[in-house]
Amino acid sequence: MVDLTHGGDGHAAGHAGELELYHPTSWVTKYVFSQDAKVIAIQYGTTAMAIGLVALVLSWLMRIQLAYPGALPFIDADRYYQFITMHGMIMVVYLLTAVFLGGFGNYLIPLMLGARDMMFPYLNMLSYWIYLLAVLVLAAGFFVPGGPTGAGWTLYPPQAILANTPGQQWGIIIMLVSLMLFIIGFTMGGLNYVVTVLQGRTKGMTLMRMPLTVWGIFTATVMALLAFPALFVGAVMMLFDRLFGTSFFMPSIIAMGEPLDTAGGSPILFQHLFWFFGHPEVYIVALPAFGIVSDLISTHARKNIFGYRMMVWAIVIIGALSFVVWAHHMYVSGMNPGFGFFFATTTLIIAVPTALKVYNWVLTLWRGDIHFTVPMLFALGFIVTFVNGGLTGLFLGNVVVDVPLSDTMFVVAHFHMVMGVAPILVIFGAIYHWYPKMTGRMLNDAMGKIHFWVTFLGAYAVFFPMHYLGLLGVPRRYFESGDISFVPPSAHTLNEFMTIAALIVGAAQMLFLFNLVWSLRHGKPSGGNPWGATTLEWQTPETPPPHGNWGAERPVVYRWAYDYSVPGMAKDFLAQNDPGPGAAAAAPVGEGAR
Amino acid sequence: MLIAIILALVVAGSILFHVLSPWWFTPIASNWGYIDDTINLTFWITGAVFAAVVLFMAYCVWRFRHRPGHRAAYEPENKRLETWLAVVTGVGVAAMLAPGLVVWGQYITVPAGAASVEVVGQQWQWAYRLPGKDGRLGVADTRAVSAENPIGIDPNDPAGQDDIVVQGGEIHLPVGKPVALLLRSVDAVHNFFVPEFRAKMDMIPGSVTYYWVTPTRTGTFEVLCAELCGVGHPYMRGTVVVEAEADYQAWLDQQQTFKQLTTPATTSALETRAGARPPL
Amino acid sequence: MSVILVFLLAVVIVVFAWLVRQGLFSKPWLEVGVAGGVPIVEPSAPKAARVGLAVFLVVVGSLFALTVSAYLMRAGLGDWRPVRLPGILYVNTFTLLVSSLALETARTGARRGDFDSVRTGLIAGGFTALLFLVGQLVAWRQLNEEGYYLASNPANAFFYLVTALHGVHVAGGLVALGRVTGRMLRGAGVAALRTGVGLCATYWHALLLIWLVLLGLLTSWIGDFILICRQLLS
Repeated sequence: MVDLTHGGDGHAAGHAGELELYHPTSWVTKYVFSQDAKVIAIQYGTTAMAIGLVALVLSWLMRIQLAYPGALPFIDADRYYQFITMHGMIMVVYLLTAVFLGGFGNYLIPLMLGARDMMFPYLNMLSYWIYLLAVLVLAAGFFVPGGPTGAGWTLYPPQAILANTPGQQWGIIIMLVSLMLFIIGFTMGGLNYVVTVLQGRTKGMTLMRMPLTVWGIFTATVMALLAFPALFVGAVMMLFDRLFGTSFFMPSIIAMGEPLDTAGGSPILFQHLFWFFGHPEVYIVALPAFGIVSDLISTHARKNIFGYRMMVWAIVIIGALSFVVWAHHMYVSGMNPGFGFFFATTTLIIAVPTALKVYNWVLTLWRGDIHFTVPMLFALGFIVTFVNGGLTGLFLGNVVVDVPLSDTMFVVAHFHMVMGVAPILVIFGAIYHWYPKMTGRMLNDAMGKIHFWVTFLGAYAVFFPMHYLGLLGVPRRYFESGDISFVPPSAHTLNEFMTIAALIVGAAQMLFLFNLVWSLRHGKPSGGNPWGATTLEWQTPETPPPHGNWGAERPVVYRWAYDYSVPGMAKDFLAQNDPGPGAAAAAPVGEGAR
Repeated sequence: MLIAIILALVVAGSILFHVLSPWWFTPIASNWGYIDDTINLTFWITGAVFAAVVLFMAYCVWRFRHRPGHRAAYEPENKRLETWLAVVTGVGVAAMLAPGLVVWGQYITVPAGAASVEVVGQQWQWAYRLPGKDGRLGVADTRAVSAENPIGIDPNDPAGQDDIVVQGGEIHLPVGKPVALLLRSVDAVHNFFVPEFRAKMDMIPGSVTYYWVTPTRTGTFEVLCAELCGVGHPYMRGTVVVEAEADYQAWLDQQQTFKQLTTPATTSALETRAGARPPL
Repeated sequence: MSVILVFLLAVVIVVFAWLVRQGLFSKPWLEVGVAGGVPIVEPSAPKAARVGLAVFLVVVGSLFALTVSAYLMRAGLGDWRPVRLPGILYVNTFTLLVSSLALETARTGARRGDFDSVRTGLIAGGFTALLFLVGQLVAWRQLNEEGYYLASNPANAFFYLVTALHGVHVAGGLVALGRVTGRMLRGAGVAALRTGVGLCATYWHALLLIWLVLLGLLTSWIGDFILICRQLLS
């Protein structure tokens, strides 16, 4: 309960309709402790990328260990499990969630809705600083005695707090505290995103005129606000178990020959709480990606998104359904096996709206005017990887098929494809797309294309073959798998191939980072609307938009977000704030006009 | 242009990889061929969808690439097409789900007359327990675990005295007979996974989970732990030997009961049958 | 997990009803013009703050619904020995009720422009809420003295966890209330206090409601009630 009363007082009267903006008075309040959503967005983005880079390096180390066991002498089993844990947690929570909601959410929601800023700018600033603190606490795990926790990113008890698990001393505490901080920080930001969508839309911006990007981020934020408390409760309870010796999750246990004092607790209870957060989390990452990719495809194919209403409904339905599928992560967890029927059914039902979204992206390309810009390439790459990863989800969601495949490399391949590679391709596409708005310059095209091809084909080469190791039966989370009786030597060659591909993909990201910095100075000046896009963020009077975004008057919205190639118009797009030809006569048109 | 070709190549490459891959299921050794069938069915359906979607996309990308003077069509939605696609998708999903649920029903229903074998996981080794002559397993509890009683059989339960305890990670099973595996753990979460059986289930400390399987061919199979259980996780291996009934009986006769294992060594030497292994 | 699912179902119903009213089934490409067929809500700071609080309370509700879910699941396992609740909890409940009423007085006072009742309400509300927290600490001490240690039984652990979570929320509310009171003491008028007082009152009512649910859970009244309902049904 921080400061909801702030901003609610004093200046209610006198500024009818408009919220008062705070006015930065120094460099520090403008660029460091800034309350401007756009600055906060970039702070979120850079912090997430910095910690993401750590996770990338960890993935290299793990891949090297898997392909060339012992090649790096400092990687022992303890280290390997610490790397795996930190890599997973950083990527899922501190990178993907933070970039999509904290980064793109902050940058795009106010701009796309014609608002001047978020509704609670102070809270928004606080959100970032708490996020940064959470990241620093997490990173501190590498430096405490015993190192970070090696419990696996799912942190399953009892193993997570058993004495012989790496990082049991400090690492697990640090991880749980960091997650709690993240959730508190996120809640502050999330309240902002939701209230800004509810209250901050400019004149004429009805819900059904919002770009799908906003729909995706909005729905994902609502889900995150409801789902993160599950992780919070689980983390608090585990912290109690670890620090005070309670038995929320801890049954009677013999640890290293000695019985522990705990008794009667339920490890499954933690799994329920974890996945009640964990599954919506998948869609918290996916829905913003769905929204953004819809806008990228529509803009760069110069065609309205096909089936906009269906796209909105699908986002909302997926969001709601994703709360009743969590136990498909637990088919072989030892929970009541009867649950399998229910959760398999709900899981496969959710495939239908998801599939409809895919069809609509492809149908948007149909009879389009496709420009092969870098954002478009990334969007196409997203569709391929997402379809691939989504379809393997039908294996794992179908309860009995999951039995031989769960806990094997098939699962690793599946979730990397669907919520690793696919959303990250969208993040890249979105950065290439909106970088001109953020900086006023284009990213270098040649570097962008090299980056795309290496990343897309390389990542596919890493994760597509990995499924087949899983079919063979190679379990995941094996520090080394060389001596399993049924694994042929050829599998080792495959492992080496995947490792080399992963190293190349990682190297390509350095080119991307270089491009980000290089283009700040040397990029082609972009102008305000280089892609000829309709949505409001491209119609700001200045680029990059200054604090307050809109100059004297906020824009007024006359149409939906997808008026591309409207018949009879000279231009191939009509901006949302374009009243159109014969503006005066543009009264609302009824249903019959179709 | 290039991208259309590459997209098509991605599809072709994926299919080729699938067809030529030497990495495929291990030869099945249990009754769960149904699971393989369901997976194969799912492969056919999803493979077709993947190829169709990506190839269609490649076609669009080639056919509707930007050319001077070209302009996109204006089509906000097409209800008929969307409904039709939703229905087809729904049917495809149901075609995969229905057999899946039926087989799951079999998977969780242990047939009457299945023999019981208890599997106990502890960091990082396997132990097993078979019911003795009375056909029942005695009560067990983690709190009863001690150096002499590593799997925690309740010493006061008479039903447990004749239970056969197998330490050392190798279990034998008779071929062709259904067996219910009762899974228990005394520390972390483990998972008893024999890839050739296709079946697995987590073992949760504090409760007993289960699955059942009928071994269908003789042979020696490796047991893996399939749930992260600490740093020794990859080394937590065991062996299942599936053999003909006579061989199985011979093996069984050599095993020791709980009582034999816990009685002090002097008496146990008198009671031990000739040829039996000394207590571990 | 049934409690959280029921809670979410309620949220989903409200959200869908609202979405439908917002024209979820309209065809936006056919509507060109300013209004788009749906009235536009101009943003105002007090409105935004109220909406913000409402959303926040849903998040808090989700947190407690999950805690209750976990409580019920854990209570179903064998080793649960219920806590004998210290009598002071009922006194605390009464204190929190008074606190809530005091803030309600302040809110109605603020609406009427009656500065005195705002001042009385705020100070009384803050004081009683503080008293509630102290009372909860006393309850903890009493339990500890009676041997209900945190780690000795999950029922005890849950008691401490649940009261601590609730207490932290009350404490957070006190920070906000302190700011509003501080503004009042520095001489802000009724009009300037209206939003803040209203938000605090709403938050207090929500916390009271949550506390009553938690109390029902801890005393197992709710459990008994569900049991009776089940028996009636079967």
